[in-house]
Amino acid sequence: MGFYESHWVLTFLIFAPLVGAGIALAVPAKSAGKVALWTGIIEFLVSVPLFWTFEPLGPAMQNEVAAAWIPSWGIYYRLGLDGISLFMVLLTTLLLPLSVLGSWSYIQDRRNAYYAMLLALTTGVVGVFVAMDMFLFYVFWEMMLIPMYFLIGVWGGTERIYASVKFFLYTMFGSLLMLVAILYMFFRYQAVTGIASFSYFDFLQVPLSMGEQWWLFAAFAIAFAVKVPIFPFHTWLPHAHVQAPTAGSVVLAGVLLKMGTYGFLRFALPLFPGAATDRTTVLLFMVLGLFGIVYTAMVAAVQPNAKRLVAYTSVAHLGFAILGIFAFNIQGVQGALLLMIGHGVSTPMLFFLLGMLYERRHTYELADFGGLAASMPIFASMLVFSALATIGLPGTAGFSAEFLVLLGTFRAEPFVALVAATGVIVAAYYMLPMVQKIIFNSIDRDENRNLVDLNRREVGIMVPLIIVILWIGVYPRPFLDRMEPAVTRLVEYMELSSFAGPDGPGSPADIAAARAAAPLGGSR
Amino acid sequence: MMLDFASQADYFWALLPEIVLSLAAMLVLLVDVFQKGNRSEPSRPIIGWLALAGVVVATAANVWIGDLTETGAAGMVAVDQFRIFTNYIFLLVAALSIMLSIGYLERHGMNLGEYFVLLMFSTVGMMLMASARDLILLFLALELMSVAIYVLVGFNRRDARSAEGALKYFMLGAFSSGFLLYGIALVFGSTGSTNLAVIAPLLDGGLAGESLMFLIGAALILTGLGFKVAAVPFHAWTPDVYEGAPTPITGFMATGVKAAAFAAFIRVFAVAFEGVYLQWASVIWWLAVATMVGANLVALTQGSVKRMLAYSSIAHAGYLLVALVSANSYGAAAFLFYLVVYTLMTIGAFGMVIANERGEKERVTLQDYAGLGWQQPMVGAFFSIFLISLAGFPLTGGFIGKVYILKGALDSGLSVLAVILVVSSLVSYFYYLRVVVVMYMQPASSQDAHSGMVLSAPARIALGVAAIAVLVLFFYPGPLLDAAQHSVASLFPDQGFLVGRP
Repeated sequence: MGFYESHWVLTFLIFAPLVGAGIALAVPAKSAGKVALWTGIIEFLVSVPLFWTFEPLGPAMQNEVAAAWIPSWGIYYRLGLDGISLFMVLLTTLLLPLSVLGSWSYIQDRRNAYYAMLLALTTGVVGVFVAMDMFLFYVFWEMMLIPMYFLIGVWGGTERIYASVKFFLYTMFGSLLMLVAILYMFFRYQAVTGIASFSYFDFLQVPLSMGEQWWLFAAFAIAFAVKVPIFPFHTWLPHAHVQAPTAGSVVLAGVLLKMGTYGFLRFALPLFPGAATDRTTVLLFMVLGLFGIVYTAMVAAVQPNAKRLVAYTSVAHLGFAILGIFAFNIQGVQGALLLMIGHGVSTPMLFFLLGMLYERRHTYELADFGGLAASMPIFASMLVFSALATIGLPGTAGFSAEFLVLLGTFRAEPFVALVAATGVIVAAYYMLPMVQKIIFNSIDRDENRNLVDLNRREVGIMVPLIIVILWIGVYPRPFLDRMEPAVTRLVEYMELSSFAGPDGPGSPADIAAARAAAPLGGSR
Repeated sequence: MMLDFASQADYFWALLPEIVLSLAAMLVLLVDVFQKGNRSEPSRPIIGWLALAGVVVATAANVWIGDLTETGAAGMVAVDQFRIFTNYIFLLVAALSIMLSIGYLERHGMNLGEYFVLLMFSTVGMMLMASARDLILLFLALELMSVAIYVLVGFNRRDARSAEGALKYFMLGAFSSGFLLYGIALVFGSTGSTNLAVIAPLLDGGLAGESLMFLIGAALILTGLGFKVAAVPFHAWTPDVYEGAPTPITGFMATGVKAAAFAAFIRVFAVAFEGVYLQWASVIWWLAVATMVGANLVALTQGSVKRMLAYSSIAHAGYLLVALVSANSYGAAAFLFYLVVYTLMTIGAFGMVIANERGEKERVTLQDYAGLGWQQPMVGAFFSIFLISLAGFPLTGGFIGKVYILKGALDSGLSVLAVILVVSSLVSYFYYLRVVVVMYMQPASSQDAHSGMVLSAPARIALGVAAIAVLVLFFYPGPLLDAAQHSVASLFPDQGFLVGRP
C-alpha cells in the first residue's frame, strides 16, 4: 500500500512535528525558527495530497490502522480519516507554517523552547482529529494542553499566568469528567461482550439506557462545550486570547476551538444519540448557541481592546456552528463544518494582522490607533478584507457557511433561524467600528504617522489565507463534495437511532438498527 | 521449591530477602565502626555504596524466592506474588533513598553510617509488614519500621524542626501503635486467633462478623494503619514531620511507609476481612473522600514546596484508599501499579527539592523556584515530569495509574467515588501547576540565582532513572500492568469479580 493509502501519512503528520520539536530544541537559538519553518512546510506539503487521495465515496474511514499499544486493556494505536476530520487536519497543517512565520520577529527570547512548543502542539491537535481509539483520543486531547499552557504562560502578555492557568483548569474540568465517562463506557462494553476495548467503533455499539445516556452525554458535552466554547463556558477564552502570543491565538482560534465542535460531531452525538437528539437537549444547545451569537456580539462591540474583541467574535461564530450541528440535517452539519474551516482561516488572519500591529506599536487598544490607512495601505486593505470575511460578505467563506447553517436551522427550528440571522447583522455592528477606529478616522497620534507597512514575509502569511477564504466563498463545491458522504452518514445515523421505537427514542435496539443501516465506518 | 511451615527451618527460606538485608545492615554497621575506631569523624563514602550493595543482594534474594510455593496458606509469612511485588517496591524505595542520601548527608554534616543502617532496618520492617499473615507479626514489623524512622526523622539533630518532627512522629506513632495493638487484642478475643488465614473463614460464616467486639477491633486496626498511611483525619502529624525530616527521609517515608501500611491494609481488610466488606467499606469510602478532598484543598494554601508535597502525598493516600475500597483484583492490581509510579514520582519530586538546595540552605518556598526551569533546564524538566505525573496527566505513568484506580472503582460500581477522585485531582492540578508556573513563568531573582548544582552523581542517576521510568510507564506500561495483575491473582482467586457484595 502506498503512503497515502495507508496510515503512514497520518502517522507522519502526527509525529513529524514532534521530531521537529526535538531538533528545534537541540539547534542554536537563531536556527530554531528555520527548523520549525521547514518542519511546517514539509508537514503542509505532505498533507496537501490528502485533499485528492481521500475518496469521498470510498469507505467511511480511510487510512486506518490498529496497532496494539496496551493490549491487556484493549488500547490500540487506532487512526482513521473521514470527510469530517480531513479538513480539520488540513487546516492544522496549513496554519503551522504560517504561525511559524508569524512568530518570526515577534518572538525574540527562548526561541528553541517556543518553536518546540508550537510544533508539539500540532502533534496533539492532529492526533485529536484522527484518533479512533478513545484512550488515544483522550491522550492527544490532554497532551495538547501542555504546549498551549506554556505558549501563553511564558511568551504571553502581562497577565499571562492568570490566563494560562485559567485556560488549563477550565479545560481540565471538562475533560476529567469525560475520562470517567470513557471508562464507564469501557466497562459497559466489557460487561456486554466480555472484550476489553477502547475502540470508538466498539463504543458505538454499547447498548445504553436513556438514563445512562443522559449522564454520559453531559460529561462529554461539558468537555466539548468548554473547548468550543459555548456560552456560558466561554469566559476563559478572552483571557487566553488577549495574553497569548500571536501564533498562540492563531492556533487557538484556528484549530483548538474546532476540537470542541469536532468532538460533538464525532463523539458526543453518535455515541449517545438518544440524549443528543432529545428535544430538550436540542433546544438547550440552540438557545445557548443563540446566546453566543447575540450576547457575545454585544459584548464584543464594546471592547476597547482589539484582540479581546476578536476573541469574542469567535464565540459568536462557533455559536453558528453549534446551531448547524444541532439542526441534525445535512445542510446544517455541512454548514457547521464549512464554518469551522472558514472561521479557521479568517480569524487567524485577523489575529495575524493584530499581531503585526502589536509588533509595531506594542498595544491592542483601539484608542491608540486611527488613520493607519494613510501610513500602512497594504495593512489597511488586508484588515478590511479580513473584517469583511469575518462578517460573512458574499464571496467569502463566512457567507457560504452561515447561509448553509441558517438554511439547516430554518428547516429544523424556523424561529431559532430567525434570531440567528440577526447575528449576521450584529457582526457588522462590532466589526466595522473596529476597522474604522484602527485604519480610518484621522491620525491623531504621532506614533502612527510613520509606521512601516507590511513586509514581504507578512504579506506572504496573508496570501494562502486569502486564497482559501475566496475559494470557499466562491466555489465551495470541492469542500462540500468531500464532506457530504460522511455528513449524510452521520445525519442518517442520528435519525435512525433516535427514531421512536417501542422502547422510546435512542433505545439499544434503535442504536443497533442504525448502526446496521448507516455504519459510521471502522473495520474491525 | 515447596515450603511447608510445619518445619520451622522453612521460615528461613521464606524470609531470605529480609534476612539478607538485615545481615547487610549489620555488616554496614560493623564496617563503619571498625573504620572509625573511637574517633569522631564522618563515615567513609564506601558506607553508602555498601548499603546499596546490600539492597541489590536482597533484591537478588527476592528474585530467588519468586519461585517458591507454599503448602496451604497458614504460615505467619505469606509467600505469594503479592509479597514479591511489594518487596520489589520497598527495595526500589530503599535504593533510591540511599542514592539520594549520598552527598546530601555530607553537605548537612550528618554523614554517619547509622543513617544507612536504620534505613535498611526500616526497609526490613516494611517487607515483613507486607508479608505478615499474622497480626502479631504485623505489629512487630510495623514497630521495626517505625522505630528506625523515628530516629531518621530527627537525624539532623542541629535542626530544631527535625527534632520537633521526630518528637511529634514518635508521640503520635506510639499512640497509633497502641490503637493497633488494642484492635489486634479485640480481634483475637472475638475470633480466637491472630492468624489472618484462620480469621477469614470465620468471617465468611458470619460468626464473628456480627460481634461488636470484632467490629471495634477492626475499627481500631483501621485507625492504627490509617495513622501510618496518613489518611485524613489521622494525618495531622504528616506536614510537620515531612517538612522537618531530612529530605531523602521524607521521600522514603512518603513512599515506603505508606506502601507498607497499604499492603497491610490490603492483606487485612480486602482479603482477610472480606466477609465483612459491607461493614468496613463505607468507613474507608468516607476516609478516601475526606483524604482526597481535605488534603488537596489544604495543599492549595501551602507556600512551601516541601510542605505542599507532604499534603500531596496525603492526597495520594486518598487515591490509594479508593483502590482499597474497590476491593477487587482490579483495585489491588491498580494499587500495586500505582505504588510503583507513586514511588518513582514522589521520591523524584523530593529529590528535586534537594536539587534546589544551595549550601546548607534548604530553599523550599515557591519564590526560591522562580526561573529555575530556564537556568537549570534539566532540573526544571525533571521536576515538571514528576509534577505532571503526580497530577495524573497523560504522557506520564501517573495517568495510567490513576486510570487504573478509576477502572477498579468503576468495576466495583463506585461511580460517585470515581467522580470525587477526578474532581479532587482537578484541584491538585492547581498547586502542581503553580510550581511549574513559578519555575518557567516568573523571572529569577538574579542571573545566577540557581547557578551551581548540589546533587551527587548517584543522586542524579537515581532521579534520571526515576524520570525516564515515569515516562516509560506511560508509553509501555504493558509488562508492569500484567505483572501487577498476575501478582494479585493469588489474593483474589475469583478474578475480576465483586467481592463481599450481594
